[in-house]
Order: sequence, then C-alpha cells, then structure tokens
Amino acid sequence: MAVNDISPGAPDMEPSPRALLRRRVFHHAGLVIGASVLITIVLMALLAPYIAPHDPLDQVLDRRLIPPIWFDSDKATWTFPLGTDHFGRDYLSRLIWGARISLMIGVSAMLISGVIGTTIGVLAGYFGGRVDMVANFIITTRLSMPVVLVALAVVSMVGSSLTVVIWVLGLLIWDRFAVVMRSATMQVRNLDFVASAQALGCSTARIVLSEILPNVANHLIVVATIEMAHAILLEAALSFLGLGVQPPEPSWGLMISEAKGLMFFDAWLIAIPGTALFLLVLSINLLGDGLRDVTAPDGRN
Amino acid sequence: MSGEAVIEVRDVTRTFMISSGFMKPKRPLHAVNGVNLRVERGEVMALVGESGCGKTTLARMMMGLLPPSQGTIELGGKPISTLDRMTVARTVQPIFQDPYSSLNPRKTIGSIITLPLRVQGDRDPATWEKRVHEIMELVGLPRRVFNNYPNQLSGGQRQRVAIARALINRPRMVICDEPTSALDVSVQSQILNLLQDLRAELGLTYLLISHNLAVVEHIATRVAVMYLGRIVEQTDTASLFESPRHPYSKALLSSVLTPDPTLGVPDTHLGASFPNPLEMPSGCTFHPRCPKAMPHCSQVAPRPIPAPGGHVECHLYDEGAPTYAQS
Repeated sequence: MAVNDISPGAPDMEPSPRALLRRRVFHHAGLVIGASVLITIVLMALLAPYIAPHDPLDQVLDRRLIPPIWFDSDKATWTFPLGTDHFGRDYLSRLIWGARISLMIGVSAMLISGVIGTTIGVLAGYFGGRVDMVANFIITTRLSMPVVLVALAVVSMVGSSLTVVIWVLGLLIWDRFAVVMRSATMQVRNLDFVASAQALGCSTARIVLSEILPNVANHLIVVATIEMAHAILLEAALSFLGLGVQPPEPSWGLMISEAKGLMFFDAWLIAIPGTALFLLVLSINLLGDGLRDVTAPDGRN
Repeated sequence: MSGEAVIEVRDVTRTFMISSGFMKPKRPLHAVNGVNLRVERGEVMALVGESGCGKTTLARMMMGLLPPSQGTIELGGKPISTLDRMTVARTVQPIFQDPYSSLNPRKTIGSIITLPLRVQGDRDPATWEKRVHEIMELVGLPRRVFNNYPNQLSGGQRQRVAIARALINRPRMVICDEPTSALDVSVQSQILNLLQDLRAELGLTYLLISHNLAVVEHIATRVAVMYLGRIVEQTDTASLFESPRHPYSKALLSSVLTPDPTLGVPDTHLGASFPNPLEMPSGCTFHPRCPKAMPHCSQVAPRPIPAPGGHVECHLYDEGAPTYAQS
C-alpha cells in the first residue's frame, strides 16, 4: 500500500465517523422533530418579507377581530387565515414577523451569555484554586440577582429597545453556562490526556481550546439551547410587562400582552402566539437533547 | 554508577497543603520526602511501592508537570526548571496507566499521533506522514485505524497509540506509569515485549512505575522501593529479588500471589493499615509495621547505608546506629 493511501475513502478503512454520525442523527426522533420545527420557524423568520400576506403594521379598523378560519363564523375568511387583532392587523403576518424578533433575541442573548459564561466556567474549572474562588464569587453574586427584576429596572432606566433587551438578557443569563462549564471542565481537566498534552509541551491556550473544549462541547450545546429558549421566554415576559419590544413592532410576547384584555372573549388571540412560543421553545429543547445524545462519545459504535 | 545520567533527582521534596475542613488551618502532606534517584542511559529503572507512596507525584515532577517544593531535578545535567517546556517534552515523555483516559476521545488516532509534531512546530510537514506510518508500524498499529476514534480501538491498541504518541519525537527517556495494569492479562505481555523491543531499537531509557513485581523482574535492570515518600531501598533487580534487605522490600516480595491456590493468600506481616501520610510515624516511617522494629527505630530516622548495587535505609544494616541514635 502506498504511503499516500491514507484518505477517508480508502477501501480498507472503517466507516467514516461522519457516516456514523449521520446515521445516528437520522435515527433520533426527538432530534429530527425538533430540528424540522426549528428550521421551519427560522425559514419563516428569514423569508418574512416574501411570505407574509399583509403588512404586519397595517391597521384597518373596519376589519377588527376577524376570527381564524377554523371558527364557524361568517367573518372568517381565507384572506386572513389566522384572523385579525383588535386594530385590524393581519395575525398571520404579525406572527411571521414576530418570529424574527423572538429568534434574534434568543440567538443573540444566548451568544453573549455563552461567551461570558463559558469563559468564566472553563477558566475556573481549569485553573481551580484562587481563580475558581473568584469565579464562584461572581457566579454567586449573579445568582443572587433576580433576573426579571434586574432586567425591569435596567430597561426602565435606560429605555427599552431591541438592543437593550438583548444586552440585558445576555449579561444576565450566563450563570448556567458558567456553572455547567466549570464542573464539566473540572472533570475533563484531570484526565490523563490533558496531562499528556502538557507533557508534550502544549500551551495552556492550546490545551483549553483543543483538548478541553471539544470534550465539554456536548454540555455546552445543551445549555446553549436551554438558554436560548430561556431568553425567548424572558423577552416574551418583558414584552408582556410592557418593557421589552415596543408596539407596534410585532413580537410574540407583545402579541400575548396586547390580547390580554380580550382573553375571555377571543381566547385565540392569546392561544395562537402562545402556541407558537411553546412550539419554538419545545423544538429548541428537543434539538439540544438530541444533539447531546448523538455527540456523546460513549454512544459511538 | 559510571554511565551518563539521563535524569537525576536530588533531595526532592513535594509537599501538598491539604485543607482539613472549614476554618481549620491547612496541613502539609509530604507526598515525596527527600528522594535521590539517578537514572542512567539505557537503564530500566523500576519504582515500586504501595498506592499513595508518592510514585506518581515523583513521576509528574520528573516530567516537569509539577515543580518540586525543594531539591532539584536535572535532565541531561541541566536543572529542569531552567529548561523550556519544549526541551523537556523532547527529552521525557509519559505513557499512562489507563489508555481509556490518556487519549482524547474527540480526536482521531492520526491527529493524536501527529500532535507532538504539530506542537513542536516540526520544520518539515511533508515528512510527517512518513514518520507517522513508521511509528505506527513500529508499535504494531494497522494503518487502517488512522481515521478512527479511540473508542473504536481495543485497550491494547489504545496503549499502542499512547506509545506511538510518546515516541514519535524520539525522546531519550520514557516514564511508564503502570503501563499494563489497566490491560487484559493476555495483552499485558504484548505491550511489555513491545516496550522491550522499542528500548533496544530506539535506545530508550525507562522509568517504570509498577505494582506488578513480575513485570519489574521481567524488564527492569534496577529497582527503587518507595515507602511513604522515601526510597527505602535501591539496588539492581537481581539482588533485590534474590536477597531483599529492607523489611518492607521483603514484605512486598512475599506478598506476590502464587498461581497455586492451595498455598492461600500470602502473609506479609504488614498489617492492614497504610499509615496516614498526614501524620507520619516518627523515626523510621516504617516502624509501626516492621516485624523487626528495634526500640530506636521509632526515634531516629535511618540514614542511607551503601549496600551491594545501591543503598538501603534501615537501622538493621547500620552498624553505627545505636551510637548515632544516642547522639
């Protein structure tokens, strides 16, 4: 056999790890369902200008409160499949545009908190001792602050906008990242392959990035999805309280908030954005669990 | 004792501060307590002793992973603290006990074996492939596992990967921390023979840490017996196995299980308890368990006595003991 025969496709190789991974992914029901729902919502958000049938901000008062088409009502029409709200705005269009805001807040807040929390957690777990003590102090300080209360206070002081909400949430919800990454790093740090990387002369940065991080990544993915769902729910809560996204922007939390006065008369006004929120959060969590299952090295082969 | 020393350990002590609970002062634990060890080129120096006697701590210091609290470790005549980590890495490499935790489960075998080359910034990446194939052939790994992950290999194959990674940069010295104890009995001898062959082929020096005295007798040229952070006897393998001097060495040798079940479990006279290293016994640290303890053993620490092939630290062999005990 020639020396340059080493390639992933060489005939006497074991099945490539990528093929094995693909097989595991498609055999995991939760992962497939979660991913497809999430992809649908993401596509909906990205293509909002093209697929939304009406302008989400267009108020027409003589078509107020048209019920969705599955209601047995004369007013229900295919022009407004999900009906209209109390200002006569098309509910389906608002739902489609609202997905943008929910996802944007979820992803951005998750990224900000992920960077902060992972840095603190990995450093604490890797170095231990004094570094760990300081990190623990910071984590405990953060845990002692009620998220919604602090977010409300900050937002009411500096004013509410999408950017403010993203930063406030991102700077507040990194605690789970830090706690999980810290304990995961501590476990990996004492394994022999870290010692052998040290004995090979690897720098600390290299050990953290290429030996530790890949081995805690499956915990990271799970926490990232949980925190993304968490951020989306917190945004909905802030919007509901009137301190998140400001009207007339369409946000799912804001839609629930605006419909609360009509809750007992037209319950679908709350049920539709509520269901959308539920599906989004559920699909993100299913995806996270599924990713953890298929990437765990123990399950290989 | 005339050869060139690859590594020389001089009066090395390593103390860990152990916290004994909330608001209580930390207490020192002397994991390694004044050890002298000289490993010469081409030797296989075995380090034996009970769990917790400081073997692994000593090995970690010799790899430069842990600085000694006191004393110096010299690598090829230069103190290890003055060498940069790349030089140390090129000279000393470890092989760990458990091949299941010594390989990063997220990396392919190929990237594990080439890591030393990448870390050392080897000048000629074109030769890497050739070198990897050479070393894989040398340690007996089939080429098809190149793209596999560690969990697709057996324990013996994993240990071969660990050996290949340690040897690809051709270190002068390899520290084997119980290289076979996590493996199946049938694989142990393969790995030991491989280590033997590689030593002859590459001119390596080994420090072999082991519980298994049969392994030590099989491949070691010299043996150091460690007890509670000190080397109590150091001699060549033949004299240790024929006539152990220190009572602890005798107990270790008599504790070996025989294949004949009718002989029962050997009686070592050691008693069950390993002393608490936080509260070291006074005098000779072995005296509470020693069948030949004398009155002054509990008061005076023994000094190293030259013995054929090495030295022994025991009052039994110290003719001047009673007098210097009084002084």
